[in-house]
Amino acid sequence: MDYFLELLLGGLTRGSIYALIALGYTMVYGIIQLINFAHGEIYMIGAFTALIVAGVLTLLGWNQVAILVIASLVAVVYSSAYGFTVEKLAYKPLRHAPRLSALISAIGMSLFLQNYVLLAQTSDFLPFPSLIPEFKFLAPYAHIIRSSEIVILITTTAVMILLTLMIKFTRIGKAMRATAQDRDMAMLVGVDVNRVISVTFIVGSATAAIGGVLIASHIGQINFYIGFIAGIKAFVAAVLGGIGSIPGAVLGSLVLGWTESFFTGYVSSDYEDVFAFLFLVFILIFRPSGILGRSETEKV
Amino acid sequence: MLTKRIPIAVSLIVWVSILMFMGNAFAAEPIRLGVAGPHSGDLASYGIPTTKAAELVVKDVNAKGGILGRKVELLVEDDVCKPEVATNTATKLVSLKAHVVIGHICSGATKAALGIYKDSKIIAMSPSATNPALTQSGDYPNFYRTIASDDAQARLEVDFALDTLKLKKIAVLHDKGDYGKGLAEFAKAFLEKDSRAKVVLYEGITPGAVDYSAVVQKIKRANADAVIFGGYHPEASKIVTQMRKKKMKTVFISDDGVKDDTFIKVAGKYAEGVYATGPKDVSQNPMAIAANEAHKKAYGSDPGAFFLNAYAATQALLNAIEKAGSTDYDAVAKALRTQDVETPLGKIHFDDRGDATGVGFSMYQVKNGVYVEIK
Repeated sequence: MDYFLELLLGGLTRGSIYALIALGYTMVYGIIQLINFAHGEIYMIGAFTALIVAGVLTLLGWNQVAILVIASLVAVVYSSAYGFTVEKLAYKPLRHAPRLSALISAIGMSLFLQNYVLLAQTSDFLPFPSLIPEFKFLAPYAHIIRSSEIVILITTTAVMILLTLMIKFTRIGKAMRATAQDRDMAMLVGVDVNRVISVTFIVGSATAAIGGVLIASHIGQINFYIGFIAGIKAFVAAVLGGIGSIPGAVLGSLVLGWTESFFTGYVSSDYEDVFAFLFLVFILIFRPSGILGRSETEKV
Repeated sequence: MLTKRIPIAVSLIVWVSILMFMGNAFAAEPIRLGVAGPHSGDLASYGIPTTKAAELVVKDVNAKGGILGRKVELLVEDDVCKPEVATNTATKLVSLKAHVVIGHICSGATKAALGIYKDSKIIAMSPSATNPALTQSGDYPNFYRTIASDDAQARLEVDFALDTLKLKKIAVLHDKGDYGKGLAEFAKAFLEKDSRAKVVLYEGITPGAVDYSAVVQKIKRANADAVIFGGYHPEASKIVTQMRKKKMKTVFISDDGVKDDTFIKVAGKYAEGVYATGPKDVSQNPMAIAANEAHKKAYGSDPGAFFLNAYAATQALLNAIEKAGSTDYDAVAKALRTQDVETPLGKIHFDDRGDATGVGFSMYQVKNGVYVEIK
């Protein structure tokens, strides 16, 4: 039973990280039908920013929680700036070009950012300080749960709730929904579409940055390449849940996290990825729009 | 076009034949030592140090009057580490009548060339080809090497776990790569042959995965005393960190892909106590120090990969020729197996399969943030 619980929790943690990244994919796709393949790199840049800030603050002798909060905030701001700039540079000029052009531009941006960090930092793995304080749990669960897992779960839940509230109840949220439904019509009734798209990129980058900081602190190491694999997995999760849907992205991420965790735990990790992607193929065959996606004819 | 090239071709033939004739005129004298390896292309950095090592040794030997009263002459040929080029390289060395060959560097190229040397009864000695089958298959009795084969590390890891640490239940993990999986397969086979221990888990992990908590859980549930991991340091440091954070005391034993300072830097305090095999520390050997200094003096830089192994190989071959009193294949082979030679790697000779005895790996353990050799 313990084993099952531990795998459940491990999958939940992993799924939460995928979810924080998948949210950005799904929001951007919902608004402008673009798969932003540079999104994984934004997550990586968030982690690197936090590493640098944490390094400086540790030298100044600040306390752990303050470092965590400030490093996360700086990472969020910095990554959002990157997300914003990437959109302005690489996607906005191509907004009326065929969709394939924007997709290629996104892949190019992803490679550019990877290599930029590679040159600016290093290709080596770097140790990442454990920013989340360890605290003790009650006896029966002490050996199963770690505080960083709890922090990751709570943060993901909070981010998802905040995002849902924002989209449901704020003016910008309403504008986002309008733009997602019909961009031209939204423009005609006075919605500033460019601003909506910018906000989408900023919010998506911010959640990815939080994911980056949390997972780096949980695992304890980063390098320039971490964004690629995490980005692909999150993208798969977003598709699995139904791309364009926020609850779908979270559900898809959890399903993917659990699939990987349980498959590794009860069968073998040799075929972990094979199984995860096989699962994706089956979902897409039997439910092409994803678990929670709306079915609509899509021309790509 | 063709007519324009004919004069060039003719002059080339004339020049080459003059050179060959001149070579033949003194051919009775020198001992011809072939040096084959990548000297151009992306793997050149693995081949060039061997050429330099051979040059340095030969310069020394010739300065002392040569061997058996004959000078030693180098025939340096490039194989770009490609098997298909290596067969040409080998054919060329055979046609140039090389007596013995240092090389090749990459396992694949070595394998391709060895058959040709075997047919011509030429001994080849590699400073770097670690593929176990090259010696263990018995197909190449003319092959020797001054580097330990890949399975030697697995052997050492298993012996250490069973003899020194007396562990019973062992989980074997690998990163699914050629190197890591190869090692893990050997370790598993050695463990299964031994009745003292049991392999409780054998799995490949996915390199670069976000986390390894599920695999770590599995190790914990299997109740393993130790993990033997085949692979590189990024995965190793993640697994060790997650194990230690879960308060698992499981011993962690790994290979020279993990015996790297980056591993200690990244895993930090969690690296303490981790065992890893790595090449024997020869930095205190006076001959190694001398060889490195000679390189610095002659080329103005620190030597590169396999330099000392190549230095030792050249010394071992020339020593065997001297002891055998001729370049006859059987006599030299016998001398290689029976006569010890002092090299930068220590005192070595070769076993029946062609592996150097005394060359190999040592076990290291992380103590206070540095790898310390366990004697």
